[in-house]
Amino acid sequence: MSLAKITSVAGRGVYVAGNDIDTDRIIPARFMKCVSFDGLGEFVFFDVRKNPDGSAKPHPLNEPRFQGAKILLSGANFGCGSSREHAPQAIQKYGFRAIVAEGYAEIFFGNCTTLGLPCLTASREDIAKVAAAIEANPQLEVTVDVTAQEVRFGGQTIKATMRESARDALVNGRWDSIAELLEGAPQVQVLAKSLPYLAA
Amino acid sequence: MAKSLFQKVWDAHTVRQLANGQTQLLIGTHLIHEVTSPQAFGMLRDLKLKVAMPHRTFATVDHIVPTDQFAEPYADPLAQAMMDALRKNCAEFGVTFFDRASGKQGVVHIVGPEQGITQPGTTIACGDSHTSTHGAFGAIAFGIGTTQIRDVLATQTMALGALKVRRIEVTGKLRPGVYAKDVILHIIRTLGVNGGTGFAYEYAGEVFERMSMEERMTVCNMSIEGGARAGYINPDETTFAYLKGRPYSPKGAEWDAAVARWKSFASDVGCKYDDVVTIAAATIEPTVTWGINPGQAIGVGECIPTPASATSADEKASIVEALEYMKFAPGSPIKGTKIDVAFLGSCTNGRLSDFEEVAKYVKGRKVAPGVKALAVPGSQIVALQCAKLGIDKILSEAGFEWREAGCSMCLAMNPDKLIGDQVSASSSNRNFKGRQGSPTGRTILMSPLMVAAAALTGKVADAREVFQVSN
Repeated sequence: MSLAKITSVAGRGVYVAGNDIDTDRIIPARFMKCVSFDGLGEFVFFDVRKNPDGSAKPHPLNEPRFQGAKILLSGANFGCGSSREHAPQAIQKYGFRAIVAEGYAEIFFGNCTTLGLPCLTASREDIAKVAAAIEANPQLEVTVDVTAQEVRFGGQTIKATMRESARDALVNGRWDSIAELLEGAPQVQVLAKSLPYLAA
Repeated sequence: MAKSLFQKVWDAHTVRQLANGQTQLLIGTHLIHEVTSPQAFGMLRDLKLKVAMPHRTFATVDHIVPTDQFAEPYADPLAQAMMDALRKNCAEFGVTFFDRASGKQGVVHIVGPEQGITQPGTTIACGDSHTSTHGAFGAIAFGIGTTQIRDVLATQTMALGALKVRRIEVTGKLRPGVYAKDVILHIIRTLGVNGGTGFAYEYAGEVFERMSMEERMTVCNMSIEGGARAGYINPDETTFAYLKGRPYSPKGAEWDAAVARWKSFASDVGCKYDDVVTIAAATIEPTVTWGINPGQAIGVGECIPTPASATSADEKASIVEALEYMKFAPGSPIKGTKIDVAFLGSCTNGRLSDFEEVAKYVKGRKVAPGVKALAVPGSQIVALQCAKLGIDKILSEAGFEWREAGCSMCLAMNPDKLIGDQVSASSSNRNFKGRQGSPTGRTILMSPLMVAAAALTGKVADAREVFQVSN
């Protein structure tokens, strides 16, 4: 299985402000009643984007000028709460290809990496700079450079870091670990014999 | 060298280092349920893979089950489709399924311990963030996403980076009317909802040593709400006594060997922790949330924070956002806040001792007019135990609707939902916006007895006053 080397993502950005944005908010539980991840994209941030009657609420993702954005910017502890992979799946299927935030909840971060969706961490001040530039010009191209761990936009560059194991997995095309895990099967069999509770 | 339980379990389950520096970790026990597993089985089929260790994979159905309907087909065709998918996947891949007809079905984090599947010194994964619950037994238990479920199904391993360990000591004695739920809400309030990022929490000290296994599960359950990927308590005689005689517990001579092995996993005296936090039990009050995350919590006697009380711009913004959503007046007492719904149940507080404690105090009393009160046992076995003790009858007579086992209104993937901006007094684990099924619904988290006090008075109340709690 050959995976894409995700070294860099370029496209327009959108800033969804706030800290502690939980995965229930990213994809409400009622949309998890499905046996496939297909079609989840349209429900991303559903309850903060729509009123119960279906009309639109003020939200950056509802603004025509931010349609087609590939880079999502947000605050601290992004993706906290439920382990539902439906959240990164919805973000990815909506069209996002990278996230830049102040920080991430652990399970969400791991789920994103496994899907080849880079999550980079930047300081609040730096994210505010990108957000301001996007606000001034929503067409601005933003480049998230996973290899160099930086974000470039309109002649500016900010530092954006990533845990080395995740960065390595993305840039070297081994973010989906299944092939490598399968290769370890002989060692798994040996180790399992040392753990009595695994006896069949 | 002295090691923590986390380190010992990690070392014992390390298969090898992966190219990116992560560890390939053997997952001894894999628990699955209907919501996060169907896509993983689909991926297995696409890759033409089998389940590596079907005998170490256990399934149940909990999130979508209607609690007022046992017969199939369910009214909701999507719920039925998920039920059918799990049943088919388990049959096809040879996985044990605690179906509703088995009498052993329930919330996955209640079923594992109940069956004796959850054991000390083991690794556990489940596609549910509250998998941290199993840490109560001295297991290292991880909530995972669906692609990782595929990994565990196919290889019985997953790729993971090691965690740091923070020891959280709660010293002294809890005051009367203060429960395990209050302890964990207090910890999250103190350390923050992302304070545990990068850590496993080791809960230690007299308070946890005295707790029953069910109380320990309540604490470990909410580790994830504090941002910790895992939480655990070192195994001791309480742990072994709980496990003895359960269906999947070791038997006969194997039992003694297992206990000896389990003991060896406990953290060594003098082992190094990355951080240590100490909390005095006497400072913990019955704790309730007032906002939109579990860290936004106060003692029941305290007032709802004002934006002006914030110590940072961040905190101020979250207070403003929470107050706007909750429609609460800043600076007013939380006590007296009118509630519409009372929910007893969930993987946090849906066990026998939770209902037993409530029944002890509500016997002969009535739920306030206008309050919808739900009591949802966490498993069919909990329901049976409650029936044997007459707890179902006591709660029904008090005005609670006694339901079938499931996750129910904790996340409202079944028909049990808040309506509009109803306020719910809930023994569950999350007060996120819209969590209990209505996009504008409001949740106040608290201990089961506090839920009972709210149900009986129709408002947030101090259970110690409502019930004259003294023991």
